[in-house]
Amino acid sequence: MSTPTVNGAGPATGEGVKPDRLGTALGWASVGLGAPLSIAPEATLEAIGIEPDARSRAIALGVGVQEYTAAAGILAIERPRPVFSLWSRVVGDLAHLGLLTAAWRTQRQSAPRLAGAIAFVAGCAVIDTFAAVRFSREPERQQAPADIHVRASITVRAPRERVYSYWQDFGNFPEFMLHLESVETTGERRSHWKAKGPAGKSVEWDAETTEERPNELIAWRSLEGADVENSGSVRFVDAPGGRGTEIHLELRARTPGGRAGQLAARLFGEEPDSQARDDLRRFKQVMETGEVVRSDGTVEGQSTARLLKQRPAQPPEEEVRDASADRAGTGAEGSQS
Amino acid sequence: MKATVFSGRNSVQVENVPDPKILNKRDAIVKITSTAICGSDLHLYDGYIPTVKRGDIFGHEFMGEVTDVGSEVSNLKPGDRVVVPFPIACGNCNACASGLFAACENSNPNAKIAEKLMGHSPCGIFGYSHMMGGYAGGQAEAARVPFADVGPLKIEDDFTDEQVLFLSDVFPTGYMGAEFCDIKPGDVIAVWGAGPVGQFAIASAKMLGAERVIAIDEYDYRLRMATEKAGADEVIDFGIRPDVVEALNEMTGGRGPDACIDAVGMEATHGHGGLHAYDRVKQAARIQTERPEALRQAILACRPGGIVSVMGVYGGFVDKFPAGAFVNKGLTLKTGQCHVHRYLKPLLDRIRGGEIDPSFITTHTMSLDDAPNGYETFKKKRDDCMKVVLKP
Repeated sequence: MSTPTVNGAGPATGEGVKPDRLGTALGWASVGLGAPLSIAPEATLEAIGIEPDARSRAIALGVGVQEYTAAAGILAIERPRPVFSLWSRVVGDLAHLGLLTAAWRTQRQSAPRLAGAIAFVAGCAVIDTFAAVRFSREPERQQAPADIHVRASITVRAPRERVYSYWQDFGNFPEFMLHLESVETTGERRSHWKAKGPAGKSVEWDAETTEERPNELIAWRSLEGADVENSGSVRFVDAPGGRGTEIHLELRARTPGGRAGQLAARLFGEEPDSQARDDLRRFKQVMETGEVVRSDGTVEGQSTARLLKQRPAQPPEEEVRDASADRAGTGAEGSQS
Repeated sequence: MKATVFSGRNSVQVENVPDPKILNKRDAIVKITSTAICGSDLHLYDGYIPTVKRGDIFGHEFMGEVTDVGSEVSNLKPGDRVVVPFPIACGNCNACASGLFAACENSNPNAKIAEKLMGHSPCGIFGYSHMMGGYAGGQAEAARVPFADVGPLKIEDDFTDEQVLFLSDVFPTGYMGAEFCDIKPGDVIAVWGAGPVGQFAIASAKMLGAERVIAIDEYDYRLRMATEKAGADEVIDFGIRPDVVEALNEMTGGRGPDACIDAVGMEATHGHGGLHAYDRVKQAARIQTERPEALRQAILACRPGGIVSVMGVYGGFVDKFPAGAFVNKGLTLKTGQCHVHRYLKPLLDRIRGGEIDPSFITTHTMSLDDAPNGYETFKKKRDDCMKVVLKP
């Protein structure tokens, strides 16, 4: 029901992800080549049709170490734009071709196997050159800002007026939006937001309400100077057949490179769409049942982060404080028996 | 308190765990007096249901005495004797409002896992994997019951536990399976599986006016109970007659049963040699989660235009689903976890009226401490085991 889209900011970034994937693949290929050469140089030499002796073993070991270095460069040090490492791989490929050609003359054990190895390295050289050229030519692809754009929707069995008035008070958001600590109204159409940031720190920003159509739509946007430029809107539509209200939530955040981008990514979670959907489910629970629903395995209610490390379905050791009981204005419908 | 916890495939243990606590305002704590092992618990025990963790407390058929209630529960008070329905339902969402309690939209805090696998999430269920909410189950000395203002049925009559305990699951489940069959005078109903759900499906089909009910199983003691207690008119022992579809055709003048109930589910024990071996291998290798032979047979046996009612539990995906037969015969498939809440009072009335005494399925009563033995006895069908009731 939610459609996550991670959009590029401009046409040039549309395929910005691809070179990175190719780079990653080449990095792991380096690991794959380095491992047999360094762990079992003798067997590897035989496999590629070269007679093993002290000299060729030493060269094999050296090439293995070189492959590891390339891998480290591509996968870790130079990430996400391993231009230098890729060019060094191209140079390495040419050197390896030279070594193999030399071996053809002096230490050939099996002509077909050695020919295969030469063809393989030549193929690698072509791919590496292609990747290196691509990364060098279009550096902007990796650095251009991308937007986080999340859409999620849910149906709540409550009249539009009630749902709208709950959303109208931004102070209610932390009740069901897990990443928020507080939202305070600071003036006419102005609010101050505080969210849980990385390493226990808070991230704060001011926002303005950009649109308010009673019982239909609320939209907001962060003001100049926010660490994370973000905006959101929520639409309310009658669900057909008297089934209450459909809520359509849309959130956007700019994720430029650097610190602000990382911050945005943290705030919206690793799966922004899931987090938004969780938020709506919690909202639905609050509206329909009076509070966030807890189980023994998930005592704090649903959260994406929790799914990966569920505690066993056993009563918790500690008394769990009923967080939602402390907050006023949950607008619970109460029980029906 | 003591509780039956999962300790790895084919293994449960009775361990000391923390006492249940009120986590939501509409919770109640129930001190359990009787709890049963369900056939669907065996799917957990055998390791075929995803997202089951070591330490999870099993059990979704239980009853007992209320000892504590949350601040928003006004219909129950400590001392009340209650039967707890296995689906957890809020009573406030659109699904609950239309009587689809097992589709409750709020009771599964882990709805996302289920949504990934199934598109939408069913309700939360006691002791039935984290995908179904991660709720502690009722094979324990006590349990937390969420939405206690909606689920538990107060028992004020002088019934024994065994007479009302099965209202928590197997009786309503079998009943719903029979109700799905839209039984009209003269209808012949075939029921695959003469376990507890099958027994109640047979008894319910008779209560709802079926002309003839045919029970299908391979265990003589189960078929005997089907005819002697549940009221089946005929049986097919597929250990002796493996060609079930042909046998049903013979018994119905070539028409086929008007409706077929699958009360077997994902771990069918039989099938045509090759196909069964194929299912077993794929299931053991965890490539497919089900061995759906009962469902396949039900579709092949059902008369054109008839109804296939699936009450057996399936968890994932099936192979060799006879879609051609299903479509070209114009069958209707009805299925679902039972919306127990809506059957509690009507079925209690039937017990009260003497139409049925559900206690007939109980074959073994054990102490909670013997739960591991109970699971093995039930799984291996030792000692003519039909239903194990545990007493904490």
